[in-house]
Amino acid sequence: MSMHSQGRPTVAATAATSDTPDTFTGNRALQIEEALLFEVGRHDVTGVDLDEPAEFSPRLGGLARKRPIDLPGLSEPETMRHYVRLSQKNYAIDSGLYPLGSCTMKHNPRLNEKMARLPGIGDVHPLQPLSTVKGAVELMAELGRWLIEMTGMTAVALSPKAGAHGELCGMMAIKAAIAAKGETRNIVLVPESAHGTNPATAALIGFKVVTVPARADGTVAPEAVKALLSPDVAAIMLTNPNTCGLFERDVVEIAAAVHAAGAYFYCDGANFNAIVGKAKVGELGVDAMHINLHKTFSTPHGGGGPGAGPVVLSERLAAFAPLPFVRIEADGPVLVESEEALLPGETPFGRMTAFHGQMGMFVRALSYMLSHGSDGLQQASEDAVLNANYVRAGLRDLMSQPSGDRTCMHEVLFDDTFLEGTGVTTLDFAKAMIDEGYHPMTMYFPLVVHGAMLIEPTESESKASLDLFIATLRDLVMKAKAGDLERFQQAPRFAPRRRLDETRAARSPKLKWEKPEPWVEAAAAE
Amino acid sequence: MRYLPHSDSDRQAMLATIGVGSIDDLFADIPSDLRVHGLDLPRAAGEISVERTLGRLSAQNVSASSVPFFVGAGAYKHHVPATVDHLIQRSEFLTSYTPYQPEITQGTLQYLFEFQTQVAHLTGMEVANASMYDGSTATVEAVLMAHRLTKRGKAVLSGGLHPHYRAVVESLSPMAGETVDALPADPGGTEDILAAIDADTSCVVVQSPSVYGHLIDLAPIAAKAHEVGALLVAVFTEAVSLGLVEPPGAQGADIVVGEGQSIGNALSFGGPYVGLFATRLKYVRQMPGRLCGETVDAEGRRGFVLTLSTREQHIRRDKATSNICTNSGLCALAFTIHMTLLGEKGLSRLARINHANAVKLAESLSALPGVSLLNDSFFNEFTIRLPGDAAEIVEKLVEKGVLAGVPVSRLEPGKPELADLLIVASTEVNTDEDRAAFVAALAEVLA
Repeated sequence: MSMHSQGRPTVAATAATSDTPDTFTGNRALQIEEALLFEVGRHDVTGVDLDEPAEFSPRLGGLARKRPIDLPGLSEPETMRHYVRLSQKNYAIDSGLYPLGSCTMKHNPRLNEKMARLPGIGDVHPLQPLSTVKGAVELMAELGRWLIEMTGMTAVALSPKAGAHGELCGMMAIKAAIAAKGETRNIVLVPESAHGTNPATAALIGFKVVTVPARADGTVAPEAVKALLSPDVAAIMLTNPNTCGLFERDVVEIAAAVHAAGAYFYCDGANFNAIVGKAKVGELGVDAMHINLHKTFSTPHGGGGPGAGPVVLSERLAAFAPLPFVRIEADGPVLVESEEALLPGETPFGRMTAFHGQMGMFVRALSYMLSHGSDGLQQASEDAVLNANYVRAGLRDLMSQPSGDRTCMHEVLFDDTFLEGTGVTTLDFAKAMIDEGYHPMTMYFPLVVHGAMLIEPTESESKASLDLFIATLRDLVMKAKAGDLERFQQAPRFAPRRRLDETRAARSPKLKWEKPEPWVEAAAAE
Repeated sequence: MRYLPHSDSDRQAMLATIGVGSIDDLFADIPSDLRVHGLDLPRAAGEISVERTLGRLSAQNVSASSVPFFVGAGAYKHHVPATVDHLIQRSEFLTSYTPYQPEITQGTLQYLFEFQTQVAHLTGMEVANASMYDGSTATVEAVLMAHRLTKRGKAVLSGGLHPHYRAVVESLSPMAGETVDALPADPGGTEDILAAIDADTSCVVVQSPSVYGHLIDLAPIAAKAHEVGALLVAVFTEAVSLGLVEPPGAQGADIVVGEGQSIGNALSFGGPYVGLFATRLKYVRQMPGRLCGETVDAEGRRGFVLTLSTREQHIRRDKATSNICTNSGLCALAFTIHMTLLGEKGLSRLARINHANAVKLAESLSALPGVSLLNDSFFNEFTIRLPGDAAEIVEKLVEKGVLAGVPVSRLEPGKPELADLLIVASTEVNTDEDRAAFVAALAEVLA
């Protein structure tokens, strides 16, 4: 289907495939069909008032643009309406429960947004004189102090821009530390239940990835690790609490074995929010761990980022923290930006990004930390774990759990055994949740569990919210078991879109708007 | 604690439903000797208190809007229309996640599709991804992509590449098993990059405008690179320049990467920013990052999904093109809204204003005794030589209430021959009064 110039669909949904009668516009009340910017914008319209500069002599050295860019514009009211309408097609944590396991969709306090827009935070340049940004450097130092105290580690690298970028930073520090010892270890152990970013990160910097099998409950056995350790092993990358929602009980034994073999212990910190104020990873034997500020400390996920992935480092790796970093001196914190400014013993492996990291996320996270305080952070972890176990308790008799009915951390894992013989798939089940007004849980991850459904309610949900969620899932399970296939296989029926053809998108990729041929436009305008 | 909904009686009732006696029972998997009892951190604070604490830190910084401001070198002070910040703060954008469920994330997916189209048009390329962390990380991803495409392992970096970008490439590429041939810093814009390209070269990385402001004719570099089977990676840090300057795609670039902060995004002391990444369609399966594609739903209606994910880490794990997972979705949204407001007409005009302001400033500054301009060509940023240490002069200008630019020594420390150079940026926010204040203050300092 295409749109004509007013954005009206040129091919209306047919009664044969739709549950509802057609409308003239293609709209369904508040669900407005919104055309693409390129179909409604005009090249001679702008929503920004700027005065044309007075006469001047360009100094472009013969490189002035020769052709138009092809960028349509909209007036300010048109722009407002276009993006407001688009926003109305999105699910968000502010509108409902968003139980994506391992993604930690919790409340985003607006105080954090207000703080990020303070003029001395949002409107300072990374390269303006350091004498004019003392508060910004102090803010970075304060954030670092909180992260180090919560984790019991020695140093922190603030600059990584997201969790996977933090993984890269931590693994680069490990690679540098190994090189500094004159060793050439080239194997990284990654459990089969790990996030895909873990093996991707290790491979990116030239490590060979060897998979560690998981036990039936998704945890890693020390024996399995010991069997793989050798002088060629550089590190293990372990998620704790792991992606099955369980705390790795043998973590200390695993860490000791890894260290005894001369290797390092990288911890994926995606699930750190379950243990803040309950356990310090430094005491578990971790050498490096990234912290997703956006997950644990509630900076907005913004439809896919920005994130922020500071990495805490053990004493064994602290010296390798990349530039720039904050050094605490007697007169206050100092931003160290170059090798020329290093002190003996500081051996950074390089630089992760152009500037100092995600200041906008640092301030949001610190605002969240200050608001909670030490007591509130611990309470938040407890409530997150309480909520996940409450969901488990509410569903354990109807749904199936791969590792049996045992206490979980901040997320609870179910599998699709309970759907066997119903004709309903995990995907169908998830799409039926959409019709009930919920964002589905994480599906088909971790990969080690067939038909995985990973639910993370977070501490933001009230008991009443969880009760309704549990009741909804119970109803869906019973409908599935009763054979009400219509409800599942046709879902979602009430979302802005029905199921989308992902195969078609991948087979013949359309990755940008292309101007239709003139005869197509003429036909559409009729 | 205002963010936590439970009352103590809720908690007790929930524990009873779960069938445990206390919250500690839920943490039984953590060995008791490893259990933490209290953190050495302040206790919870109300909004008033947090506002005071962070407000005090903010007040210790000089904000760009409060003074005549000419600092650039990779991040730029531009005006962002109020509409942009309003729209990106809408809950449905701000607090949504990666669009894994397309039926209820069409808003995000459609703006990413629009963003990809805008970036492709702006750079003159066939396909763009749905954003990277920033320009510097996009650059190293481009280098790694060129290595995969050419099966060669040596990148040649121009001396006009931003030194921080160079450092990011030099940190990661060797760990990935590749070599980097970085040409020396080139403030005069006179390097012979063609001589550095040979049969082992996977890609040539050239920034235009360069970090020193020079506009580089990319066409002959592309020709030489293609002649030996290498790729041209074109980099820009000032997206507004593309409103006035010939796009890299029209000059033969194979991969174009850049920083998108200039359009729609605040300075924020270095982040979050938004990396732009565009290439030719035939290379799309080696491209890092997310891609949004058009398709139809079960009723035949147009819709959008994340696509070609078989390149990505969640499917390919250690065979993925990149480990990137989180991108800069919200910053891409700010970019695309600002670009929509500008349109072709507004962006061209904005670019002309930037250039005109910079030309005026360059002429006034280089007219001062002892000050010389190094650039023949530039967009909104240029380099001047000062009769003295640029960093010291910048500090003296701070005392006079002017933030003058970036001393090259900040980016290239330990090189005394570069210590008298200053990189100066001028944008649409600089008024005649700002420029006059800068020129007068510099004259005074140099007197």
